[in-house]
Amino acid sequence: MLAVLRCVIRRDLLLAARRRSDVLTVLLFFVIVVSLFPLGAGPEPALLRTIAPGVIWVAALLASMLALNRLFAQDHADGTLEQMLLSATPLGLIVAAKVLAHWLVSGLPLVLMAPVLALQFDLPLPYFGVLVLSLALGTPVLSLIGAIGAALTLGVRGGGALLALLVLPLYVPVLIIGAGAVEAMASGLGAQAYLLLLAAFLVVAAAFAPWVAAVALRISVE
Amino acid sequence: MLEAVDLRCERGARTLFRGLGFRLRGGELLRVTGANGTGKTSLLRIVCGLLAPAQGEVRWHGGDIRVLREEFWGRLVYIGHANAIKDDLTAAENLAVSCTLGGSSADDAQVRAALRQLGLAGCEDLPVRALSQGQRRRVALARLVPSGAVPLWVLDEPFTALDAAAVDVVQQLISGHVAGGGAVFYTTHLEASIAAAVSLCIDLDRGAG
Repeated sequence: MLAVLRCVIRRDLLLAARRRSDVLTVLLFFVIVVSLFPLGAGPEPALLRTIAPGVIWVAALLASMLALNRLFAQDHADGTLEQMLLSATPLGLIVAAKVLAHWLVSGLPLVLMAPVLALQFDLPLPYFGVLVLSLALGTPVLSLIGAIGAALTLGVRGGGALLALLVLPLYVPVLIIGAGAVEAMASGLGAQAYLLLLAAFLVVAAAFAPWVAAVALRISVE
Repeated sequence: MLEAVDLRCERGARTLFRGLGFRLRGGELLRVTGANGTGKTSLLRIVCGLLAPAQGEVRWHGGDIRVLREEFWGRLVYIGHANAIKDDLTAAENLAVSCTLGGSSADDAQVRAALRQLGLAGCEDLPVRALSQGQRRRVALARLVPSGAVPLWVLDEPFTALDAAAVDVVQQLISGHVAGGGAVFYTTHLEASIAAAVSLCIDLDRGAG
């Protein structure tokens, strides 16, 4: 069973490495969206510092949604998904492996890029750790919740827009808590409670989302 | 081994077939025929458990496959219309992945031997993007070589896009599997000549078989 999961992760990473443009599109989208705000809002340092966490988080959320379509669509189109459905390994675990691989190529680069982008907003150095940590805990939750949406909208015409409508409302709590972590630190409250909440979201999402997505996949493929 | 009882299949508002039943034992070969749109692929997908029948059930050694789930899927190789291979991976990588997913782990030497048996010598390390339609089909079918121990093979139009030599190899694989006590359930338009002790046929044009 572990061999199957390792194989799925390895395959998805290999595919991403051979088709680098897909990964770069998401990352560049994130960079550009975040960079537009200082240009649009003007060079007022106090204002930029205030909006920084929110802007970075919203951009990360949109970027990770942009990548969601790819999670199952190609496997669905070429028939690999049917083979996964017929595997002796529980589908929920395969979905979890796919989400992990997906996060490594579409979520982790955003987390690593965030501190660089935060420089544009004159965010003080001590906040960088909290920003990165909140994104590192939050973006996997986005991928996990997104997997349910991607599975439900599989094969639906105009699925992209529908996926956004389905998934964005579910992203709201993660966004509030994630962006709130940095703001809480700025106001002197400390970010610990927020980070623990994000970690709790992650644990719950990791435990349940793959199984829900697995059920949705079986319905979509039928 | 495999038994279907009173299957009914509906796609949209149309009933494709009703009251369809069959029994397939080890060492038997079952061919499904019928014109386009009579429900051959749907029947195969029902037998695999990918599609729920509107009525009836499929049993594996007496147990409903929708209850057995993973236990049944571990005893099954399904090769569908789609080849389930990735353009960006090489033939060998594709085959290794599909074998692992199917639960019959094959090492690198076995993978290469299987590809050679299907006449793909020299193409093992080419990205599948560079292969022809027939060669892609061969990559998908090469999975049958290391799957001899899996009792049930379900093949949807295995001979599409294959040339005469490859059709021959696949027919030998199928008859070898049946001779070894396995069961094969397949569809084809081709007048296939597969040697098997017991050869059954379901003709969807004439209703139940």
